[in-house]
Amino acid sequence: MTTVAGPETAAQTEGTSAGLRSLLRTGIDDIRSGNLGVLPIVLALVAIVVFFSFSATNFFTATNFGNVIIQMAGTTMLAYGVVFVLLLGEIDLSISYVAGIGALTVAELQRPGSGPALSGLIAMPLAIVACALIGTAQGSIVAKIGVPSFVVTLAGFLIWQGVIVYRLEQPGSIIIQDRWINYTGSYYFSHLAGWLIAALVVGGYAVSVLSGVVSKMRAGVTVPNRPLILLKVVALAVAAFGVVAICNTAKVQGTPLGLPLAAVIIVLFLVVLTFLAKRTTFGRHVYAVGGNAEAARRAGINVPRIRILVFLISSVMAGIGGIILAANVNSVDTNFGGGTLLLDAISAAVIGGTSLFGGRGEVRNAFLGGAVIATVQNGLNTAGYNPGTIYIVTGIILLLAVTVDTVARRLQARAGR
Amino acid sequence: MGASTALLDSPVTDTPLLELRGISKSYGSVQALTDVDFEVRAGEVMALVGDNGAGKSTLIKCVAGTHAFDGGEIYFEGRQVEIHGPKDAADLGIEVVYQDLALCDNLDVVQNMYLGREEHDWLHRLKEPPMEQRTAETMKSLAVTTIRSIRQPVATLSGGQRQSVAVARAVMWNSKLVILDEPTAALGVAQTEQVLALVRRLAEQGLAVVIISHNLHDIFETAHRITVLRLGRNVGLYERVKTTQQEVVEAITAGKPTKVSGIPMTAAAPQ
Ligand SMILES: Nc1ncnc2c1ncn2[C@@H]1O[C@H](COP(=O)(O)OP(=O)(O)OP(=O)(O)O)[C@@H](O)[C@H]1O
Ligand SMILES: [Mg+2]
Repeated sequence: MTTVAGPETAAQTEGTSAGLRSLLRTGIDDIRSGNLGVLPIVLALVAIVVFFSFSATNFFTATNFGNVIIQMAGTTMLAYGVVFVLLLGEIDLSISYVAGIGALTVAELQRPGSGPALSGLIAMPLAIVACALIGTAQGSIVAKIGVPSFVVTLAGFLIWQGVIVYRLEQPGSIIIQDRWINYTGSYYFSHLAGWLIAALVVGGYAVSVLSGVVSKMRAGVTVPNRPLILLKVVALAVAAFGVVAICNTAKVQGTPLGLPLAAVIIVLFLVVLTFLAKRTTFGRHVYAVGGNAEAARRAGINVPRIRILVFLISSVMAGIGGIILAANVNSVDTNFGGGTLLLDAISAAVIGGTSLFGGRGEVRNAFLGGAVIATVQNGLNTAGYNPGTIYIVTGIILLLAVTVDTVARRLQARAGR
Repeated sequence: MGASTALLDSPVTDTPLLELRGISKSYGSVQALTDVDFEVRAGEVMALVGDNGAGKSTLIKCVAGTHAFDGGEIYFEGRQVEIHGPKDAADLGIEVVYQDLALCDNLDVVQNMYLGREEHDWLHRLKEPPMEQRTAETMKSLAVTTIRSIRQPVATLSGGQRQSVAVARAVMWNSKLVILDEPTAALGVAQTEQVLALVRRLAEQGLAVVIISHNLHDIFETAHRITVLRLGRNVGLYERVKTTQQEVVEAITAGKPTKVSGIPMTAAAPQ
């Protein structure tokens, strides 16, 4: 994935055909040296989609495509946070029930009658603040006192589950009636709005990429591989407009649907968090601490601060995910945050290629992993498989993904040095 | 040999850049340093040698600000200064290259060079192009040519290349004094040579360099002067052209404290 410096690069960017050839060569070199990037996971996703398209009649439909997006949204939010925690080489086991706390808080705050009956527009930020406080507290215990994150967040797992059960024991569940909260799970944009959003995403990406190239050229440093950049912009355009095109043909009982709000939330956080991880000093320091905490400390990085902020991000993303998950079912009950939510979120990050040992991973890993898990679960459901099959298949995919990555890394270690 | 030409070319001045007077330091009941004097001039490579536990690393940590010392004075560019933390040392222009744990393997060369001091705008957005440019310039000025791409992760570099990155990082910050604690301890012959050449180049560029090493061959190839510590005390200060390895080994293993009269051994030493 690194750009190659030196006189060769200047020559490579001269002609387009030469550029394409070099692009191909870089790709082959990358694969040979074990730097697989997102290729295996994308191929796996394609294979899964093809498989279910043939084995389940209702799978490959526009409506179900929208369903998959909505289903993956909540878990993917949690997984985004997991990426940051794993980058540090830590773990956060509390996220599924912190998500529950986020959901419980909005449900409680919007509750009409004896509840405060706040608008969702106020309830959601307040719930996220509550989760931020939880993350800060857990992160501080890890970073300042030095209790292992496994233990701190395992305690969090139990405590927040306890809070949810304690509060919901009596009513059993709280129904969410606020439309703003429910929109996060069920709002569809109009067809025109969908197209505009796709145009905005592609345009924004093209502009940011272009400004990056210009500033690099102005500084006279390594000019990145231009055909590759063009290819990426084109691929994104195809994907964005493709998604909107499919969503816009979806109908439920004659009512046309469109691009789900959940899709925009997924992409928005993907962009914002990728920016945070890759383009800011904070993100750089997260990678540094995950790679070598002692070196980071000696370089003057405030390591405890980075750790606390990462656990804060993890809890905030969990809270946001929890709100979306609650909106999907319009309620919160005593089982909220249980089941496979925690492991799905961690699996999503890991399947996508994030290392458990810190320092390696990207936010988009969680996006792709989340898509894989949601697609598999949706496909198996649609095809009418026993729920047990879903766990087994998810487990096998997780094992396969990490094995492929491990083998690839070993090849890389052999090729390098 | 390269070393002797470096000796002639170096712009060595007579006033010390860094001067330590009567430094003492104890770890609880262990007296690690007793009344130690030390100096290094701009454009000079000063070696700091001594047996295991002689107090070399401790002395360096006092200068780097990671440890507080109990007694003594520090003069930098002729002024008395106080060093209370790594930041104070960095502000003076003192950079330390630690033997281990200095780089993040998962980050590339540029990212390591700027670790903790990234260039950014008000939004804390990283400014990659200037960082990449300046890294390339620094590498070029130090004639570090074996690294193919400054955008490759440090994990893919050899030991010598990694050490070169660590040294280059120390130099990039307009530092005046670079301290290297056993920079060649883990390196093979060719890579050691590479790092030593880099060390000589630093001095040629007018920096003061302190190098700690157990390898007298390395020392005699790079250093202008040699300070010997034994059991936390000064036992000798030698000019590299006027001494022999034999003499230095004797000082390391059986040297008598030189501070009894209050005057270190060499005529060149100011007092
Ligand atoms: N953190 C510490 N706590 C207690 N004693 C220490 C500590 N660090 C060093 N010492 C003691 O101080 C003395 C000097 O140690 P120092 O590390 O400075 O030696 P050195 O000359 O660097 O040796 P080496 O060549 O083995 O690196 C030794 O007796 C050592 O045991
Ligand atoms: Mg030492």
